[in-house]
Amino acid sequence: MVASDLLEECLASLFARPGRAALTVLGTVIGVGALVATLGLSKTAGNQIVGRFDELAATDIVVTSKASGGSGRAVTWLPWDGEQRMRRLNGVTAAGTLSDVDVKGQLVAGVPVKDPRGQTQFQLPVKAASPGLFDAVRATLATGRLPDAAHSSRADRVAVLGPNAAARFHVTRVDNQPAIYIGERLYVVIGLLATVERQPSLLDAVVVPEGTARRDFGLYAPGSVQVETHIGAVSLIANQSPTALSPTDPALLKVTAPPEPRRVKAGVQGDLNSLFLLLGAVSVLVGAIGIANVTLVSVLERVGEIGLRRSLGAARRHIAAQFLAESTTLGFAGGILGASLGTMVVVAVAASRTWTPVLDAWVPLGAPLLGGTIGLLAGLYPSARASRLEPVEALRSAM
Amino acid sequence: MRADVATHAAVPDDACVLAPVVALVGVSRTYGSDPPVRALRAVDLAIRPGEWVAIVGPSGSGKSTLLNVIGLLDRHTAGTYRLSGTDVDELDDLGRAGLRGRNIGFVFQAFHLLPHRSVLENVMLAELYRGAPRQGRRERAAAALGRVGLADRAEFLPTRLSGGQQQRAAIARALVGEPSLLLCDEPTGNLDSSTTDDVLALFDELSGEGLTLAVITHDDHVAGRAHRQVRIVDGLLHNVGTASGRNGQGPRP
Repeated sequence: MVASDLLEECLASLFARPGRAALTVLGTVIGVGALVATLGLSKTAGNQIVGRFDELAATDIVVTSKASGGSGRAVTWLPWDGEQRMRRLNGVTAAGTLSDVDVKGQLVAGVPVKDPRGQTQFQLPVKAASPGLFDAVRATLATGRLPDAAHSSRADRVAVLGPNAAARFHVTRVDNQPAIYIGERLYVVIGLLATVERQPSLLDAVVVPEGTARRDFGLYAPGSVQVETHIGAVSLIANQSPTALSPTDPALLKVTAPPEPRRVKAGVQGDLNSLFLLLGAVSVLVGAIGIANVTLVSVLERVGEIGLRRSLGAARRHIAAQFLAESTTLGFAGGILGASLGTMVVVAVAASRTWTPVLDAWVPLGAPLLGGTIGLLAGLYPSARASRLEPVEALRSAM
Repeated sequence: MRADVATHAAVPDDACVLAPVVALVGVSRTYGSDPPVRALRAVDLAIRPGEWVAIVGPSGSGKSTLLNVIGLLDRHTAGTYRLSGTDVDELDDLGRAGLRGRNIGFVFQAFHLLPHRSVLENVMLAELYRGAPRQGRRERAAAALGRVGLADRAEFLPTRLSGGQQQRAAIARALVGEPSLLLCDEPTGNLDSSTTDDVLALFDELSGEGLTLAVITHDDHVAGRAHRQVRIVDGLLHNVGTASGRNGQGPRP
């Protein structure tokens, strides 16, 4: 007896009583559906909360070098093209390098004005940025423009001021081409920042193009790579970025990424979810008992058929296989229908709240397997009963 | 087949010429109740190829037990039984099931047709456990239905057939795959006299084609059509001898 025969017999027997098969499957459908819907809704809701409130924190990655001078360990510097390397990764929305510039104690000075009480020289942080950095830290311009790649490659002496720095120098506009001194060198201010959502240190800083910092201050490597990712991609990018930035020594880079926010949310929603999962598990169990019960009834009803099959040359194992196949098919069908039902519930709820439905791929794929396993387990006892029937006694009962 | 028998009948020791399909030697079946019931007591029976043997006896005499033992549905407790030359004692459940499926076609009093399957599908069931190829199964089943004159009822559900037609469908199912023995348990027990004659005519025809038949019955009319009758009383088998069947020709003296 080949597998296709077994399947054919099993389907023929189930379709002989379609109403009963449908009712038998119902318990499994509800149970599996509840499980799928619970898993899907918690995923969807968790994702939604991340998207709405924690978007900033959940999409921010900073990569720095672990290099510590003088410890004798191998040293890896971040590459100058870190911005381009990171932007190639799927899931990165913006990236840029940001470095602290060591100005060797030089002061930053505005254009001198005749104000005896006014201070014109300050110890201000000087930062070097690649063009993409401003997007990566979500900086917005108050006026002027941001330095681009050309400024960096020409090492133009231009600067962008953070709002606090601009206030100190009383610079409020750039159309009159204000300038500042860093040490003895003059830098034209081409833009003023309004806000910086990440890296608030930029608010006080003077930002110069990276190429300028290399030439004027001997910057030898970017200090950090700032990355903004798509929502949900942060852990993936955090894993990938060391290899992208330093393929030879990924371990020597330090990645600062926010903790997986879903885990935090899962903790909050855990109680509710576990209740629903428990309900789903109970329904699945009840469904399994239903399948076992109906299969057992079916064995008792079909004693004559079992006898006939034995007389036609079926061994005990063939009889057992048939009833196992029937109960497994019932469970499998319940799993498929339950997965469909649960997925529809997730989509419907998400649609009603204008959320994005999110479902782990293994949930709808695993549900039929769960159903099939349940059916298989539920069929063990009835099929054992069926196979133990003596053909003589089985034939004695009329069909 | 018949011609073979006639030729070989001239040879003195005809037992060696054609190995019997069924060979029971000292077969007993005791049920382990208290006190033990001895349903069969040292039964010797040989059924040769092409024979039509009727097994008669009152109810409770052990007829059904004998049929079940012959059909490998029940295990005897003593003696030896060879079916088509195979000692069935040496077989496990799977081996017995396989031998049963390949060699024996059963016909039951209650027909045992699956009510939700068409007549053709019921007949096709016969090949399910026999390892026959799926290809051509439908055609072979249709041919068997044609042999019993039910070709035009192939797609009917069994419940729409008369009793005689149902029994003929069951016989068709038993005939698929050319069994070496057709084993019938009160095949006419649920039929009226006219349909009984239909079925008996079919048996005559099949026997004429060389099929070996063992029919259990308590109906003398049925038994009278057989080549040979054996009577079983209280578990003991008595050879009634060659009956004068209607056509009067037994396969062997």
